[in-house]
Amino acid sequence: MSARERVAGNVANYVDERTGSAKWLKKTLTKVFPDHWSFMLGEIVLYSFIILLLSGTFLTFWFDPSMREVEYEGSYEPLSGLKMSAAYASTLHISFDVRGGLLMRQIHHWAALIFMAAMVAHLMRVFFTGAFRKPREFNWIIGVGLLTLGIVEGFLGYSLPDDLLSGTGIRIAEAIIQAIPVVGSYLAYFVFGGAFPGEMFIQRIYTVHILLIPGIFLALITAHLMLVWYQKHTQYPGPGRTEKNVVGYPLMPVYMAKAGGFFFIVFGVTAFLGAVASINPIWIYGPYTPGQIGAGSQPDWYMGWLDGLVRMAPPLETHAFGYTISWNILVPGLIIPGIIFTGMALYPFIESWMTGDKREHHLLDRPRNAPNRTALGAMSITFMLVTLINGGNDLLATHFDLSINQIMWFSRIGVFVLPPLAFVITKRICLSLQRADRELVLHGRETGRLVMLPHGEFIEVHEALSPERAYTLTQHEQPAAIAPVVEDENGVRNPKGAKAKLQARLSRAHSEQIAKPTAKDMLEIENHH
Amino acid sequence: MRFLSKYRRHRFAGPLLLLAGLLFVGFGYTVAQAASEEAVLTSSDKATLIAEGKEIFARGCSSCHGLNAEGAGIAPSLIGVGAASVDFQVATGRMPMADMSQQAMRKEPVYNEEETAALAAYVASLAPGPASVTNEELAWERSGDTAEGGELFRNNCAMCHNLAGQGGALTQGKYAPTVMGVEPKHIYEAMITGPQAMPVFADTTITPEEKLSIIKWIKHAENEPALGGAALGRVGPVTEGLLAWTLGLGLLIGIAVWLTTKAR
Ligand code: HEC
Ligand code: HEC
Ligand code: HEM
Repeated sequence: MSARERVAGNVANYVDERTGSAKWLKKTLTKVFPDHWSFMLGEIVLYSFIILLLSGTFLTFWFDPSMREVEYEGSYEPLSGLKMSAAYASTLHISFDVRGGLLMRQIHHWAALIFMAAMVAHLMRVFFTGAFRKPREFNWIIGVGLLTLGIVEGFLGYSLPDDLLSGTGIRIAEAIIQAIPVVGSYLAYFVFGGAFPGEMFIQRIYTVHILLIPGIFLALITAHLMLVWYQKHTQYPGPGRTEKNVVGYPLMPVYMAKAGGFFFIVFGVTAFLGAVASINPIWIYGPYTPGQIGAGSQPDWYMGWLDGLVRMAPPLETHAFGYTISWNILVPGLIIPGIIFTGMALYPFIESWMTGDKREHHLLDRPRNAPNRTALGAMSITFMLVTLINGGNDLLATHFDLSINQIMWFSRIGVFVLPPLAFVITKRICLSLQRADRELVLHGRETGRLVMLPHGEFIEVHEALSPERAYTLTQHEQPAAIAPVVEDENGVRNPKGAKAKLQARLSRAHSEQIAKPTAKDMLEIENHH
Repeated sequence: MRFLSKYRRHRFAGPLLLLAGLLFVGFGYTVAQAASEEAVLTSSDKATLIAEGKEIFARGCSSCHGLNAEGAGIAPSLIGVGAASVDFQVATGRMPMADMSQQAMRKEPVYNEEETAALAAYVASLAPGPASVTNEELAWERSGDTAEGGELFRNNCAMCHNLAGQGGALTQGKYAPTVMGVEPKHIYEAMITGPQAMPVFADTTITPEEKLSIIKWIKHAENEPALGGAALGRVGPVTEGLLAWTLGLGLLIGIAVWLTTKAR
């Protein structure tokens, strides 16, 4: 044993005797993680969050969260001498007079966009594979919380520079707050510390943006990852993978090395974007002044769907008891998002009620094997896309020579018609894919090789699937629909009759499947040949 | 003569001669230019110009605007719109209108400079109206203030033309076009004539000096190097979001797929 090894051994021993860490470390370092690209989406989110913390900290060194009026004297000449808020001026200062400042601002903003995009992609992975099922419902709910927070955090950050573009967004946010019946105008007054825009707003959202929400983020992300840790990660089905085991690589060294390397890749891609592509060039937009407004003002993409909803709402107001209720803002700005996010958070429970499935699941579904869920997901995505498109209606109009009114009507109708259409089409596609799987298992892969038999008949040679592949394609269960209990055995009407009927109907929709090949089918085929 | 021949071979002789030559040509050109401009003002020349304009008008414009520019069902009367309006409409290619679409679009001009001037002179002769701007009036490079121009633009123009001057949609398929790449003269004329859905900005609303500031800001924004990297069309968050999903997340997912494929 060399002297160095002896010293290391002594140190390890010393630490272990006092903390008992050896046992914990052994368990931890050999923990196994399954390996699939879609499991790395969560990691992209995590790493972008770390990048956000680091680049954001850099920005706080120079950002001045104040609406105090100053005269700009920095080096960006086209704005020199103009009156603006200290927040805007200090953002210009970071952009043009701090070394690496513009790069950091751009990295921060690109990281935010990628953070939100990766979060949505991660959510879709979890949804379409059924990873939210028991026992992971809480983690799904935490996820919905993180998504909501992400949207709010992004919107506040986007508003901090106090430029004319983001100011337009705050104005809309104020209108949404004001649309809340009865308390709206008081609430808006409270949030802005007086009449819009007031003198406090930037200061307040700054505290929320850099302290409160990141703090909640850290707590929720920790809880999220601890749950992944203790519940163990799900895995895709395959030979040797069961509901009781996890097949993959040990945390140390394989997974850590990959994950550590991946962090730097995420950082690299974000920094690359920050270096080559301009984002939020606030100096072009000018400082915020309540009287000014620009055509084609858009929020960041993760708010775009909300903006699109507000834009497509027909003007509708009622006046009652001395209050005005602006339905055209209230419904798209608060009620619909509220329904969407509540429905999303409750979906694991809704699905388990619909299918009557209360068991634990650690093996993931292939999306085609859950046609109803996949179709529901496609429907929601379509809804979001239509609203997102309407959010950019003015740009689409100018860049593709369309009329804004045409796009408006397209989305007003499309938002009702296209999602159900997507549902039906996706479900059909899933069932076709199941049929293709069934063919594949029963008849093997078409090789495209034609053979002429002695008596002149042509046949195509089919190559049998490997047992592993055949297993993967057939391991899933196909539960039958629940039968509605209308009367019990004594002929007493089920008091929950209507509810049971609904459940049975939904369950029937859920269990619509192409029967997978059974052992009997396989035998028949075998004998046939 | 002795004097000249004495210095003929001096080493400064060549450059000096060149300078003198350049000065002479420059001067001569300016004088000639002024002379030709003056020539327009002599009444007989002016009359021929108007006559020429009337002829072009009869051929190219009267089918819509009427034989004497009095207007017809499909196109407005041009009596009193002035030379500025004609110059703007014809020199940016909007007139003659190609098809009766929502809005006359900018295209390759059909008439050259002289023909445009003739048309302008003809329409101006019908009734007084805003005259075309002259080069002296258009001294935006010498006077005006960029920062003030930006502020004026945001106050008066951005609600239609977008904060970055990239243009914006109006209702019913109409739109305010981008102001980038428009000649200073036409920016000025757009302001004083208010084409189509655009309001007229009279000198009482925006002084001539302020108009030059606006032009100065537009020209500055146009020539500003893309600070911070590719400008992505300067249309704001829409292209940024698109890029974050495609290049940003797309690249990362590609790498994730690559990292997790087993070496075969
Ligand atoms: C195809 C029909 C058509 C032809 C040809 C045409 N115009 Fe027009 N013009 C219009 C219409 C329509 C408008 C009104 C556009 C609007 O304001 O929306 C118009 C507007 C104008 C205006 C702006 C009037 C104002 O109120 O400021 C001018 C100037 C003009 N035309 C000049 C011309 C000239 C000069 C020609 C010939 C070179 C010409 N037009 C040929 C249809 C035509
Ligand atoms: C109410 C909306 C509106 C406002 C405000 C407005 N414009 Fe316009 N502008 C338009 C429209 C619409 C057109 C297109 C007219 C046409 O095609 O004939 C236009 C055309 C122009 C053009 C011609 C562009 C080209 O492609 O030739 C310029 C330059 C211009 N505007 C500058 C300005 C400036 C400078 C201001 C502010 C002082 C301003 N506009 C304010 C609506 C507006
Ligand atoms: C700050 C935001 C988030 C971070 C940092 C994050 C991070 C992670 C990580 C690293 C994993 C493990 C790897 C993986 O499966 O991808 C994971 C798993 C999970 N996430 Fe997230 N996530 C976030 C948001 C969300 C959202 C928005 C949802 C859904 C609404 C969600 C639901 C889940 C679930 C259910 C799992 C367990 C998946 C399984 O075991 O298969 N998360 N998360």
